[in-house]
This record gives sequence, C-alpha cells and structure tokens, in this order.
Amino acid sequence: MITGFVALYIFMLAAFTGYEIIGRVPAILHTPLMSGSNFVHGIVLVGAMVALGHADGFWETLIGFIGVILAAGNAVGGYVVTERMLEMFKSSKD
Amino acid sequence: MSFWEFTVDASYFVAAVLFIIGLKRMGSPKTAKSGIKWAGIGMALATVVTLWHPAMEAGFFRYVLMILAIVIGGAGAWYTGKKVEMTGMPQMVALYNGMGGGAAAAIALIEMYSGRAFEHGTTVLILAVLGALIGGVSFSGSLIAWAKLEGKMSKTIRLPAQQMINGGAALVIVLLGLWILMSAGSAPVLVTIFFALCLVFGVLLTNPIGGADMPVVISMYNAFTGLAVAFEGFVLGNAAMIIAGTVVGAAGTLLTLLMANGMNRSISNVLFAGFGVDDGAEADGPEGEMKSVEAFDAAASFAYSDSLIIVPGYGLAVAQAQHKLWEFVQMLEKEHDVDVKFAIHPVAGRMPGHMNVLLAEAGVPYDKIFDLEEINAEFPNADAALVIGANDVVNPAARTDESSPIYGMPILDVDKAREVYVVKRGKGTGFSGVQNALFFGDNTRMVFGDAKQVCTDLANGLKQL
Repeated sequence: MITGFVALYIFMLAAFTGYEIIGRVPAILHTPLMSGSNFVHGIVLVGAMVALGHADGFWETLIGFIGVILAAGNAVGGYVVTERMLEMFKSSKD
Repeated sequence: MSFWEFTVDASYFVAAVLFIIGLKRMGSPKTAKSGIKWAGIGMALATVVTLWHPAMEAGFFRYVLMILAIVIGGAGAWYTGKKVEMTGMPQMVALYNGMGGGAAAAIALIEMYSGRAFEHGTTVLILAVLGALIGGVSFSGSLIAWAKLEGKMSKTIRLPAQQMINGGAALVIVLLGLWILMSAGSAPVLVTIFFALCLVFGVLLTNPIGGADMPVVISMYNAFTGLAVAFEGFVLGNAAMIIAGTVVGAAGTLLTLLMANGMNRSISNVLFAGFGVDDGAEADGPEGEMKSVEAFDAAASFAYSDSLIIVPGYGLAVAQAQHKLWEFVQMLEKEHDVDVKFAIHPVAGRMPGHMNVLLAEAGVPYDKIFDLEEINAEFPNADAALVIGANDVVNPAARTDESSPIYGMPILDVDKAREVYVVKRGKGTGFSGVQNALFFGDNTRMVFGDAKQVCTDLANGLKQL
C-alpha cells in the first residue's frame, strides 16, 4: 500500500508534470494531445484486470468483466485514433 | 518481495516513465509520432505483466474471462478507431474517454461491494467513493456528448428549473456518499443507489449543453476520468495508475481552461449558461448590402496578389473541401508565386487543433499554419484574405460592439486585410446567432456556394487565366 504523505507527494509531482507538459504546447497539437492523454488513462486497464482477478461471486465478476472491456476499449481506441491523427502531421521539408 | 511482485512494480515504474516521455514528445510536431509509440510500449508492458500480478487470485476461468474481455473491448475499439472519419474524431475521443471512466467506476464498485475498500482506513474509502462518482459522471456524460456530436441526439432537452434539479441531485449524491463513508462495512444497496444517481447526474449535467460547447465538456470529462483513475489507483495501491491518472487530470484541466479561454467563456458559463443553443432571438444586424462575386473573379484576384491568408472554419471540413483547397493553394504558390498562409482560430473546428488535424489530413504542412497570436499582426499587410466556412471567429463585433454576445472573444483580424473574400453557403448567421459585420464591409466580397464546389471553381478559374 502507498500511504499518507508518500501518496500526496506522488499526486503533487504528477500534477505538476501534467501541467508542464501541456503548458508549452502549440495549439495545433491540442487535439492529438487530448487524445493522447485519453490513451494514457487507459492504464485503468491494469486496475480493471486486478479487480476482475479478485472479484467474488457473479455480480462482482460481471462488473469486473464489463470494466475490463471498457478499459481495453479506452486503451486501444485511444492509441489508434491518436496515432492516426499524428501520422498526418508533416513539415513542408519532408 | 517475491520475484513477480518486483517484476510487476518495476514494469509499472517503467510504464509510468514511458507515459511521461511519450506525452512530452507529443508536445512537439517533430517528435509527436514517436511519442504515442513510447506510451504504447509502456501500456503493452504494464498490461502483460499484470497477468502475473500478485493480488490476482484468479483461477483458469478468470483468466479466460479477462483475455476474452480484452479481446472484445480491444477489437471493437480498434475497428471503430480505424474507421472513423477525421471530422468525427472529437466524439470518438469522448466515447473512449467515457469507457475509461466507466472502467474506473467498475473498479470502485467491486472494491466497495467486496468490502475491501472499507478495510484500509477512511482515505481509501473516500477516494473509492469519489472515484465512483467522478468515473460514473464521466461515463454517462461522455456518452451523451458522443451522442450529441454524432447527431443521435439532435434535440437539446432542457428541464424546467434545470439548475434546481441538478443542484438537488448533487446534494443527494453528497449525502449518500457521506452515508457510505459512515457505514461500518460493505453496504451494497446504498452503493448501488449512489452509483445509479451518479450516472443520472452525468446525464443531467451534459444534456442541456449545446453541441458547440461539447469540446470543452469532453476535455473536462477527460480530466475527470484521469482523476478517477488516479483515485482508484490509490485504492488498489497501484502507482502506475496514480501517476498516469494524475498527469492526465492536470493536463486535461489545463487544456479545458485553454479551450474555454479561446471562446472567452468560463467553465461555469459553459456548464450552466447554455449558450450555443439557439434561443430564437433575432439579433439586430449591421445595415448594408453584401457584395457577391463569382469564384472566377476571386481566383483572378488571388493570382495577382503577393500574399494571401486563408482562414478555414469547420464549414470547410463539413463540406470535405480541404483537399480541393490545398490543390488550389499549391497552384497559387507554384504558378503564381503567391505567399499563402493558413490562420487558425483557437476554437476553429470542434476542438482546439482539430482544424490543424483536418488540414494535415489534406497534406498541408504544419509550418504553413499559424495561430491567432502569430498571424494577427500580418493581416494589415496581406493583399487578400480568404475566409471559408468560418463566421463568428472573424466577426469584428467581438472587438467593437459591447452589446454583442461574442464581445471580447479574441478574433482573427481578417477585416484589416486589403481585400477579403468570404465563402459561405447562405446568408445565415454563425452558431452564436449574431450577424457578421465583416460580410458588409467595403473591402469584403462574398462568394456564395458549397465550400467544396467553390474550391473546385477557384482551381478551375486559375487554369483559365
């Protein structure tokens, strides 16, 4: 378990990181970045897998099953659309 | 620490590093393509090692279910993600984001139903409840946003006393949440009612918001899902989820503020004021006549200009005219030596940067595309400006008319160019319902017609010169 102030430090540093990453980005990349950050929270998949793994009984298992489907959709879908968008960015020198 | 405990933790650490490097690389056009790949490697690594996660008390059946669920969700998303048109990107992001929120809520539900969330102290329980709330709202809200942008819910239903109902629902949710916190052990019925209300609240919150404001809302729900994931990461003791979720929560919040700023609105204004839905009020328009010309005349004028600035709007993308436009621009540059630039307003398209993606799809290099701040000083020196499918973002009333609903919104100073050509389907107003003084200006010429047809005519006009 990650407890107390250690968790708070992680929250704080990660929040600063997120803020800094977006803060200096040209507007042309905002849509791909929103999509990219949408992909990154697809990491919820690992949590959903663990939750399904230790679920008990029918209902918990069903919710876990749906959770993993949703999470996998988030991760895979987020990746595919972000990659498709970024594929299109070219400089006139390329 | 067993071998697998170490391997899983180490892999999560590597994944978190890869996510941050990936997002950082996505912040520059040169490195963006590799950025998503780095993040993707992190995700694949984290997912695979999770099969050996020590907290997994799963038998064979559970593993089968798990793989099956990943295949179903992954294949479905892969297929839809590959198929969607570039103009449909915003609602697709909304849909995938809602799924993530739903997954975070599912984790919260399992941990609360099983009673595990009640065993590790108040902080864990509070975060589990908050994660269920935020994840649930993000899930149902994103689905509504998706349905609206997809055109499956064209009518905006406003309940009488909407704010009172929303406020009442919020109050009940808070009280139920507190009740869960005070119950000694698992309280399945209470948790179920609580979660159902969270879903309803997401619908109530999103439903009254007009389609034009949806991008801001999608971005907000993206930040919500990030937070929900971080909270559930804490409940499960999973550092990768805490870090990735928090980074997205912070980045998404900033992005939402940037978007709202671009429209000169505050977040609460977007959520509660319901601007962007036509209320039927007929605004007093500027007086005068619009002067209309044929595409051929416009093409001739551009050919003899030294510099041209093009302002594309969402109407261009709806008409799928960006390819034709780029063809025309290439002819201007190569055969007539015109210096052409594209100017993009922060809220052009349906999300910030959406218009850039649509132009990039047509092959326009990104170094020809400029932000509002970069280009506004150049309009007074430009021989000609061409506005296609944009309206409110070039309305000078935002600078001059204090009574205008869009007063104060930063606009592109198109009216300062020597000659302005506006391509428009008809004489109607933009989504704000405000008539545009630019169209009546002395130096403005209107080219009426479908954007794609006009771009084709422009190109043909050049060939005839």
